[in-house]
Amino acid sequence: MKLDRYLLIAFVAVGLVLPLFGDTFFLMKVYCFALFACAFNLLVGYAGLLAFGHAAFFGAASYVSAFALKSWGWPMEVAIIASVISSAALGLVFGAIAIRRTGIYFAMITLALSQIIYFMAVQLPFTQGEDGIHGVPRPPLLGFINVSSDEQLYYFVLAVFVFGFLAIYRIVHSPFGHTMRSIRDNETRAISLGYDTQHYKLGVFVLSAAIAGLAGGTKAAVVQLASLTDVHFQMSGEVILMVIVGGVGTLWGPVIGAALIVAMHDYLASIGEWMIVIQGLLFLAVVQFFRRGIMGELLALLSRIGLRKGTDKNEATTGETLA
Amino acid sequence: MSSQDIILQGRGLTKSFGGFFAVNGVDIGVRRGAIHSLIGPNGAGKTTLFNLLTKIHLPSSGQIFLEGAEITSSKPQAIARKGMVRSFQISACFQRMTVLENVRVALQRPTGLAYRFWRADACLDVLNDRARELLASVGLEGADDAIAGELPYGRKRALEIATTLALDPKVLLLDEPMAGLGREDIALVTALIRRISKGRTTLLVEHNMKVVAELSDTITVLQRGEVIAEGAYDEISQLPEVREAYLGADEDG
Repeated sequence: MKLDRYLLIAFVAVGLVLPLFGDTFFLMKVYCFALFACAFNLLVGYAGLLAFGHAAFFGAASYVSAFALKSWGWPMEVAIIASVISSAALGLVFGAIAIRRTGIYFAMITLALSQIIYFMAVQLPFTQGEDGIHGVPRPPLLGFINVSSDEQLYYFVLAVFVFGFLAIYRIVHSPFGHTMRSIRDNETRAISLGYDTQHYKLGVFVLSAAIAGLAGGTKAAVVQLASLTDVHFQMSGEVILMVIVGGVGTLWGPVIGAALIVAMHDYLASIGEWMIVIQGLLFLAVVQFFRRGIMGELLALLSRIGLRKGTDKNEATTGETLA
Repeated sequence: MSSQDIILQGRGLTKSFGGFFAVNGVDIGVRRGAIHSLIGPNGAGKTTLFNLLTKIHLPSSGQIFLEGAEITSSKPQAIARKGMVRSFQISACFQRMTVLENVRVALQRPTGLAYRFWRADACLDVLNDRARELLASVGLEGADDAIAGELPYGRKRALEIATTLALDPKVLLLDEPMAGLGREDIALVTALIRRISKGRTTLLVEHNMKVVAELSDTITVLQRGEVIAEGAYDEISQLPEVREAYLGADEDG
């Protein structure tokens, strides 16, 4: 836990000076996808619910935020809050339907529901189908803080990421988080202790959907575009990949995984469809050789050489997650 | 037995799985304060009956009463909140949580904190003293920060019992507490059960006859889903039908 705190301080410190050296547009994308991956990890790594349709929340939020900014001309912060609320509401509906099933059935129901959102995005007029919502404006924050350039928007996106990350940290390390982890480890036992486990599972599903919505809503302002890519099932698959490569059930793993996958997209864009083959090979390598993911293996290494005590062990192997 | 003494009662309990009657018309009454054991050869329906009483399965017919109130169709989490808490055959702890956290999860539910996702878990520290007391009572003092999944088998069993006791149950339901334990651990857990069952009612499913004989006030013997005998160990162990049921099972095995 202490380690996580130091890492966050270091992360913010580095994040504040990075624009001096790096490409702020790329970094903002990393923050958005990292937050999306963290939100998904809250569900799969801490509550043990492997959903396969999280793009629905990310994508729906992206559309809501883009539409509110462009067509209604809402202020930035209001549009993003609206996108969070709509994702949370969607999460409540999807969760209520899916949460009664477990394992592969749960995954399939979430996939089916997210496909409904995808087809709605294709068909509904306000999403503008194949084109998506282009040229999303970046109105001033709170009406007076100019965020129209990448350099100005960067700090806002960094702040959104830190806020979302802290929210997840708090949820994991809360009384609710303890109950959630107990349900992940042994639901029957949690029931026998008197817990209405369905309520907690629905609760974490909604929280995860809301934070995924925060990531998606912010992304629309960053990229100035909401498109079918955001709601496509490939996005649901990619967020799973980010979390597994980075380390399931670790706070920082999804951040590392997201950075890696976004970097692959940006720097290997020239190879086109071969990207999917490389992602497949990466997934294979993780499942075969370092099942805890990058962060998970690092933490295990720290434990082995005695730098980390046995407390707060959450990292799971890929096998455990998919089982 | 007057009916007032009966804390947990099953009437005409039947459970069939696709035409096979695992439990067939069983009447059972567990006396308040007693240690009551369910025994019988493999496949006699002990575990099914146990699962009916703990609401894991719904009976095909029959009724269940806890302190006179019908609980036949209550959910398992609801009866847990009424003070009837079970343990599991396979040691059921929360593997990736620490020993202290395991017990605190049980302690925090009645405090009403469990839904607070916005509060730091430091607010649970008030439960630490009680949790450590419970851990000490099962011989797990000083193991607070160990990961439950990394404990040896006997200690996992002890942790599970501490977690169960955290709810201060009126009725304690133990499903084969000796399963998978070595001889030394059996002696320890037997003593532990005797200690923790004081002031409570305990229902026990167990294969180990020595343990059953040592602990039980009342024993119900099941065979092919039906009760064939009930009474104290000395009474039932003399009955020809009980001996036959066990010899028959031995021949099969």
